[in-house]
Amino acid sequence: MSRDLTGSTITELQARLRGRDVSAVELFEAHEMRANERDGAVKAFLRRTPELGRRQAEEADRRLSAGEGVHPLTGIPVGIKDVFCTEGVETTAGSRILAGFTPPYDATAVARLRAAGAVFVGMTNCDEFAMGSSTENSGYWPTHNPWDTTRVPGGSSGGSAAAVASGQAVFALGSDTGGSIRQPAALTGTVGFKGTYGRVSRYGLIAFASSLDHVGPFTRSVEDCATVFAAIAGHDPLDATCFDRPLDLETIGDGVRGLRLGLPKEYFEVQGMEEGVKRSVDEALRVLERAGAELVEVSLPHTDYGLAAYYIVAPAECSSNLARFDGVKYGFSDPAASTLMETYLNTRRDGFGPEVRRRLMLGTYALSSGYYDAYYLKAMRVRTLIKRDFDEAFRHCDAIVSATSPTVAFEIGAKTGDPLAMYLCDVLTLGADLAGLPALSLPCGRAEGLPVGLQVMAPQFREDLALRVGRAYEQESGILAEVAP
Amino acid sequence: MTLSRDQVRHVALLARLGLRDGEEEFYAEQLSRILEHIDRLTAVDTESIPPTAQVVEVRNVMREDVPGQCLTKAQALANAPAARDGFFVVKPIQDGDPG
Repeated sequence: MSRDLTGSTITELQARLRGRDVSAVELFEAHEMRANERDGAVKAFLRRTPELGRRQAEEADRRLSAGEGVHPLTGIPVGIKDVFCTEGVETTAGSRILAGFTPPYDATAVARLRAAGAVFVGMTNCDEFAMGSSTENSGYWPTHNPWDTTRVPGGSSGGSAAAVASGQAVFALGSDTGGSIRQPAALTGTVGFKGTYGRVSRYGLIAFASSLDHVGPFTRSVEDCATVFAAIAGHDPLDATCFDRPLDLETIGDGVRGLRLGLPKEYFEVQGMEEGVKRSVDEALRVLERAGAELVEVSLPHTDYGLAAYYIVAPAECSSNLARFDGVKYGFSDPAASTLMETYLNTRRDGFGPEVRRRLMLGTYALSSGYYDAYYLKAMRVRTLIKRDFDEAFRHCDAIVSATSPTVAFEIGAKTGDPLAMYLCDVLTLGADLAGLPALSLPCGRAEGLPVGLQVMAPQFREDLALRVGRAYEQESGILAEVAP
Repeated sequence: MTLSRDQVRHVALLARLGLRDGEEEFYAEQLSRILEHIDRLTAVDTESIPPTAQVVEVRNVMREDVPGQCLTKAQALANAPAARDGFFVVKPIQDGDPG
């Protein structure tokens, strides 16, 4: 009973909740029990919210019984990445510098989930300020991959991915700046998605790199993904970049017959691509072809420069955004400091971990006098070229398909000594962030027994196309996201 | 481009990051390796290419300037490491300042 409650999709559970075959409180309790069994080994959650969750589950049951105000997410347990301000719940962005910070307001995405009647399970672990690809940069502890706990779950939203993959939440909220939703989705065998830049409000998302930060869900099916995305997307006056355009996901079940899918040759020749990943993706392409898609080769000629441009733009923006952590307004402050300058220097020395400090220095350097043109301005020009590559590719295809990550989940500790090797994890995902494109990762089989992710990217404002290709693949292949034992 | 220890010290100060013993060398080495990769950007001809700061075109967003709900002073100060009389408390700005 409890096992099947913690391994189901939103679609399945919503039918059972509406039919009153199961109550929201029972569903919540099943997830609590599952967490007690599994989170000692997985460590997906930084902190759990048992009282809040129970209250929300009781309220959901009232709504479901009365048949009033019922949303597809009413009563469904959700994990929230620790970068989303959640009113009344400690929110730290996985950082010691925000230890004890309790936001006085909700991020818009969180507020929308609350209003829909979702049930909060807790705040999920992540790389500090979402900077990383393995969740090992968390200021608290690393999260383990539920499929093999000696391996990483990916990152930065590794806790959210692991929570869904281990049956501790039916879905989870994540953020994606260079691949932080899609790469952990690939490494844990879950579905992860981000929309067009500005489709989901960033209000209350603790900022990493504002021109690259995207909000999106982790789920167990593409249909669930569309359900959650529709709930959190849409215009918000509190984020000036959050645009006001209708989101139409009605056609995601229409299949791929007649669609042209672009295969960027540079993405298939990327450095460090594992044989097993390549095999799974090739097999997935045959499945899509069988479903009626036409495969065409396209080119993204500036792919080789993406990582370099990203590692100027993102650190530059974060060096500005993270200036607010000064030991004065919230969080940790060095009690021994005797001047304001010492407060700044010591608080930021002891409050931030090494990856955040590395990026703050890199960004500050790139923006500093004498280097701005050579680095920051140059990177912004290369970003234009990368965006144009995608524009040109989409003249020849409806969506672009590739692997999400060149590798399967790697061993904990394997890349912590080599920042550049860690950065290369995002080589196939960061293009969609630089260009602001909708991008999906979904499971496409296994290599060495570990999940492999298929990435689908679509033109700006065409979330429907990415989800449509994903759903067609899911149906034709019969490969669905599974929950680890 | 490689970063010297002096440059690391300078950048860390600009970023208001204190450094521990040995960290100048540690970060000089690591940042130099990252910059070495980033230097490949110089191979791209961007002479006539405009910079992109924001990928989705949105025009300036304006609204009526009307007072709305905002945080109370107590809420805004609730997370402060130190607060007094409705203000944030900071350490003296200069050495030897009586505070």
